[in-house]
Amino acid sequence: MNGLALINLSYVFAAVLFILGLKMLSSPATARRGNLFSSLGMLIAIVATLLGEGIVEFQWIALGFIVGGMVGALAARLIAMTAMPEMVALFNGFGGLASLLVGSSALYLTPVESGFTLATIALAILIGGLTFTGSVIAWGKLSEIISGRPVLFSGQRIVNGLLLVVIVGATVLFCLNPSNADYLYVVIGLSFLLGVMVVIPIGGADMPVVISLLNSYSGLAACAAGFAINNIILIVAGSLVGASGIILTNIMCKAMNRSLGNVLFSGFGAAAGSDTTIEGEVKAMSPEDAFYVLEAASSVVIVPGYGMAVAQAQHVVKELQELLEANDAEVVYAVHPVAGRMPGHMNVLLAEADVPYELLLEMDAVNPRMETFDVAIVLGANDVVNSAAREIEDSPIYGMPIINVDYARTVFVLKRSMASGFAGVDNPLFFKENTRMIFGDGKETISQIIREFSN
Amino acid sequence: MEPVYFTFILMLAILLGFELISKVPATLHTPLMSGSNAISGITLVGAVTSAGAGSDLIATILGTSAVIFAAINVVGGYLVTDRMLGMFKKKESANDK
Repeated sequence: MNGLALINLSYVFAAVLFILGLKMLSSPATARRGNLFSSLGMLIAIVATLLGEGIVEFQWIALGFIVGGMVGALAARLIAMTAMPEMVALFNGFGGLASLLVGSSALYLTPVESGFTLATIALAILIGGLTFTGSVIAWGKLSEIISGRPVLFSGQRIVNGLLLVVIVGATVLFCLNPSNADYLYVVIGLSFLLGVMVVIPIGGADMPVVISLLNSYSGLAACAAGFAINNIILIVAGSLVGASGIILTNIMCKAMNRSLGNVLFSGFGAAAGSDTTIEGEVKAMSPEDAFYVLEAASSVVIVPGYGMAVAQAQHVVKELQELLEANDAEVVYAVHPVAGRMPGHMNVLLAEADVPYELLLEMDAVNPRMETFDVAIVLGANDVVNSAAREIEDSPIYGMPIINVDYARTVFVLKRSMASGFAGVDNPLFFKENTRMIFGDGKETISQIIREFSN
Repeated sequence: MEPVYFTFILMLAILLGFELISKVPATLHTPLMSGSNAISGITLVGAVTSAGAGSDLIATILGTSAVIFAAINVVGGYLVTDRMLGMFKKKESANDK
């Protein structure tokens, strides 16, 4: 067997490990081992490549490994769990940038003649570049370095349409004149611009969709880079990631009852929607009174949202859960698929606070038995419990599946103020007969209730 | 090796990806994302090829920077996923749901 066959055999083995790893991620019991398998696959693929004949200089590779590995390891260790969405976005962006660089370097390695290869190089650069800047903007929005509000201006669609035309033109020119580096720079610059333009009109609440879509793009960029340099493992692993990101994006869109196109282009949340005014009275309640209701409750459902992440309230929530359980009440958590800023955001935060994952129920598991709960505590969630989605037909979120907390006997809404949620839509839930508003910082409110328990 | 052959493999891998991911529960969506994100760092293999070819200065520079960014993606991605998954705990007492 010659060297090339051996390398390709190792790639097959690596691909099997990636697939097994992804498969094991489908259960919390095996997920950690799955991740280990997948990283082992990565190690095998890299070692096999290093042993290949084409590699003659090792000093630069070593330098890259040391610098990149140290930065990555430090970032992964030091980052706070609450900052996880932006960290994932940033890692993702670096993957895209790496694919862009790999695609570009393919031009200088060997003279490229084939039109197909040139097209894949252009594709690796385009997708990699837009993944990079798109992820950086997403990172900025998630870490609130830049405003999470959608950025819209008149003629945005025309500008974006023109940009696409220019990109197609530049790509064709680049493929026709591969030796002229100017076209390469133009394509790189345009791909960066495209990433910015695609993500700025998207609001913070839609970030779960954007993050999973960018995740998909980084895989597709790696895949295109694989075509550019004729490397099979890049194609296989890249397309696995690309496909998984698309599925996840689709799940997120379904959870909001909106199409991907609507999420990407509508600038949702910039225009506050409906004319229907909601009649009714808001009934406020003090944490002391809330305690008396909770003490008498035998079943409680907690609905967390992005506000829980902001208030860092997951640990006090867990404390409250233990007190309620000690008081013989059943406590579960109802997690909406798009609660928070990335898919599964709430689950990670509650896991950090040692909440067993069996207690985290999906929307479809909780809704049918909502009537049986004595108390529903809405903690920093708004749009995902907004009954306008069921009741007000001209509401922008009408038709979105929500957690029907208003069917519980009593609803506590923990909120800073009466401001509307990210979607900018009024919430009729706040005016319902069985709703009590407890104003204040979520963490502080729950701490007060906990203090009442110990008295 | 020819493009058609690569495209064939591409199709199979995409279908497999769809199949694998549709079974992942919502609880694990974040680790899934950061774990698959780490896999997309596979571009590191291509980066290594460019950085070590030793044929062209520009290719080496581009390749080396690609190695740095891809290594951040791979190392950071796997470690952060592992850290997250380490937090997912079962309830100690027997519990049927």
